[in-house]
Amino acid sequence: MKNRKSEAETNSQEFVVFRLGVQEFCIDIMSVREIRGWTPSTPLPHSPQFVRGVINLRGTVLPVIDLADRLGLATVEQTASQVIVVVQIGNRVVGLLVDAVSDILMIDAEKIQPTPGVSTEATRSFVVGIIGIEERMISLLSLDNVLPMGEVEAA
Amino acid sequence: MDPMESIRQTFFLECEEQLTELEAGLLALEAGQAEPDTVNAVFRAVHSIKGGAGAFKLHNLVQFSHAFETVLDRVRCSRLQASPHVMKTMIRAADILSDLVAAARDQRELASGAWQGVEGELRSLCSDTEGPAPAAPTSGTGAAEEAFSFTPALIALDFPPPEPQPSCVTIKFKPADELYAKANEVVPIFRELARLGSVAAVCCPDAVPHLEDLNPLGAYLSWTIELKTSHGESAIREAFEFVEGDCLLEISCPAPDAGLGFDNASNELGAATSQPEEEAAKVVDFAPREIESTASATSALSAAQASASSSSGSGKAETGAGPGLNQSQPTIRVDFERVDRLINLVGELVINQAMLSQRIIEAGVGNSPSVAIGLDELEHLTREIQEGVMAIRAQPVRPLFQRMARIVREVADSTGKAVRLRTEGEATEIDKTVVERLADPLTHMIRNAIDHGVEAPEQRTSLGKPAEGQVRLTAGHKSGRVVIEVADDGAGIDRPRVKAIAIKKGLISVDAQLTDTEIDNLLFLPGFSTASTVSNISGRGVGMDVVKRSIQALGGRISIASQPGAGSTFTLSLPLTLAVLDGMVVAVSGQTFVIPLTAIIETVKPSPASVHPLGVGSRVIAVRESFLPIIDVGSELGIREPLTAAHTGVAILVETEGGAQNALLVDAIQDQRQVVIKSLEANYGQTPGVAAATILGDGRVALILDVDALVNRRRSESTSYEMPIAVGA
Amino acid sequence: MNRTILTVDDSRTMRDMLKMALVEAGYDVVQAVDGLDGLEVLKGTVPDVIVTDINMPKLDGFGFIEAVRALQKFRGVPILVLTTESDQEKKARARSAGATGWIVKPFNPEKLVSAIRRVLA
Repeated sequence: MKNRKSEAETNSQEFVVFRLGVQEFCIDIMSVREIRGWTPSTPLPHSPQFVRGVINLRGTVLPVIDLADRLGLATVEQTASQVIVVVQIGNRVVGLLVDAVSDILMIDAEKIQPTPGVSTEATRSFVVGIIGIEERMISLLSLDNVLPMGEVEAA
Repeated sequence: MDPMESIRQTFFLECEEQLTELEAGLLALEAGQAEPDTVNAVFRAVHSIKGGAGAFKLHNLVQFSHAFETVLDRVRCSRLQASPHVMKTMIRAADILSDLVAAARDQRELASGAWQGVEGELRSLCSDTEGPAPAAPTSGTGAAEEAFSFTPALIALDFPPPEPQPSCVTIKFKPADELYAKANEVVPIFRELARLGSVAAVCCPDAVPHLEDLNPLGAYLSWTIELKTSHGESAIREAFEFVEGDCLLEISCPAPDAGLGFDNASNELGAATSQPEEEAAKVVDFAPREIESTASATSALSAAQASASSSSGSGKAETGAGPGLNQSQPTIRVDFERVDRLINLVGELVINQAMLSQRIIEAGVGNSPSVAIGLDELEHLTREIQEGVMAIRAQPVRPLFQRMARIVREVADSTGKAVRLRTEGEATEIDKTVVERLADPLTHMIRNAIDHGVEAPEQRTSLGKPAEGQVRLTAGHKSGRVVIEVADDGAGIDRPRVKAIAIKKGLISVDAQLTDTEIDNLLFLPGFSTASTVSNISGRGVGMDVVKRSIQALGGRISIASQPGAGSTFTLSLPLTLAVLDGMVVAVSGQTFVIPLTAIIETVKPSPASVHPLGVGSRVIAVRESFLPIIDVGSELGIREPLTAAHTGVAILVETEGGAQNALLVDAIQDQRQVVIKSLEANYGQTPGVAAATILGDGRVALILDVDALVNRRRSESTSYEMPIAVGA
Repeated sequence: MNRTILTVDDSRTMRDMLKMALVEAGYDVVQAVDGLDGLEVLKGTVPDVIVTDINMPKLDGFGFIEAVRALQKFRGVPILVLTTESDQEKKARARSAGATGWIVKPFNPEKLVSAIRRVLA
């Protein structure tokens, strides 16, 4: 997933930045397939709370995950202004429900700082670093842990 | 992709086909049902594998296939009788060959113990008959030789010449008629010689007769060639390799001061120049550039051949290949990806067409006759395209059944039982993806049948059965589905024992009253495993419940019938394709779901009087003579609390595996239509009670219910084993 | 213009390998899957050289060579057979059927090309 460019170029990567509530997060653009407006999803019975349901993405059935819920943040009612970021994790394609996409930034690898010690275990499993840009703090998200599929089959 | 890699993949694909041919042919031979060419076909299959293996330097494979090929060669020349012992060895060899190919493909080594034994047996079959095989030495060096790469032709294979200076070699060369008849030409030979050194050649036309006696296809010219070369004689002979036997050839390497040779040449030179005939050749200094002039000299004589060869040079250069792989009919190879993409697109087309129809009707235009007819035709055409495309992926089950043949052999061997596999309906076609996913369940069922079902030979004879047990594997189409049966003529299900185990494992209550069929179906319950001594073969922690789930994941059903003492039969019913489903669209709590039509018996609008509570938390509905358990879909799926007034909904009566009937309670029925199945598992995973998803006409996703799962879930939640109770019993 | 070579072999792997080596050496390649197919292809093409396997279904190498040699049109077309080193019997039989020369299996590209050069006028 990491896209290491040659020595000749600067060691930077592109990230998609989005907002959940008041916090900003970003993910490696290489895993982003597309960005869609919100559509109502069909709920999946016996699914975890954070799985909102599935939607039709040009013929593929796409699970939609409420990212705020997954990260343990306060959730809001779904609104039509929300955005679904379609990402590829491993060989799955899923949609992440976020409030808005705010930016696409080119960030130097050196600018990525380790996650501060205040965070909880849960947060640490998702947030793998933070980036300071001007006065913003953007948390770098690792998608690998967003879908621990083994737990999805609820009892 | 690297071209060699692509060819390597082709090779292994081809090996699969050859191995299938091989096995089918050997079995036919063994059963005495072979055609005249079968032995040759079998030989060719092994020969082909050997050829490719050599090219890829797969030494073990080359060695083994060589030994196998030798035996087959003898059989096809009738030098070796195809006795039962020989056949058995060859069938084993085919299995080993298959293992070796798989190992080569996965780039691992096969334990030598696995195959060297059989190889030795193959060798011994050949040493009994007249003389040893031409290249079958005991240590396999013959085969290994073939695997060596050869050095380029032009490098002298001899030790380097003793003197640093080139020596003069005199070559006397007189082609016979046959040389030209085989389309050999002297020019290329001279060209090769020219590569070895400097050539001075004199043509002697002495033998050329008068024109009227001239045979245009006759060879009359001869040459004396002086070759100054540092290459040895073998390199020179190599230039003449193809024509030796069709010419007079004398190669003499005189002493280093080779004055003699040139004197001879000058004599002949004198003689030659005095010949006035147009065919008289000149002394030509054979630098390669001069080839054209010599060509004209020789072609003047062999006019018929020359015109043939020059016209061949201007022949059309088509680079297309003839029809590929015509084993039985012309076929073409297509990448799976392309077929999959096509199938997906067609699926989209079906959805789109449904959506369009719906929108048109909603827009109020649907009633106009021309529009209605148009929509109908569109639907009809779409369906036809869909069926046609699905058929592309349809494949006969034959290769799958053949794999089972091997499983039967292996399991029979390791359990010490005698078992024969009978197959029927091998030409039945199913979607390729289904065929692939059937392999594991079938393997497991066959293992079970032999391990647990078929009795040991002595026991069988004492029961009056033939010592050899039989496993029957059949496939056929029945009312739009594919039906596959796995039947054995063994002991059948030991019902008392099964019931006892189920009770012991807490799967049923001690005093449960079960019909025979219901007892048989206990095998499918999770957590059930008959083997208290888990046998090597079947007891790898995989129970019949896993088999059942695999079949269900394919959209199929499995049922079992058994007769004590006579045997058991498993029946699989599978959809023709994985991609479409006829379903009933229903509404539950504002959401839309699809119930597969194949599970539905009928629909009933319950009256308040027909619904009765039973025990705690359960309800049944009276339908004619029976009472069926009600399953409230909304509450089962966790969408809402159970409908208190059941009669406000609709009851859909369904039948599950084992014949049990239940009533699914939904809010309303919306429609009945064919839907395209979309996988949930690809991107998400398994959801209990949900088989898959589909996209409806309005573009939204609707879930397809897994009826069996819903019913089982409900059943396992209740404390007692519910079943239909006959009124008045 | 390039010379054309007809390759006749029932193994797709062999056909692919031959084609790769020959195209690399600058020849155009036409393919056939067995002797019968080969004769079919020859109805429309007169190649400069024919390379054929021996063991093939429907019409094997020997039958194919004999059939080709019986046709006036192909008298001057060299035919090379693919054969295994050790099989002298097959080689002799091929020659009496009218084969021009042979290529030993497993072949390496240089050897293949040099054999073709040796028969191509």
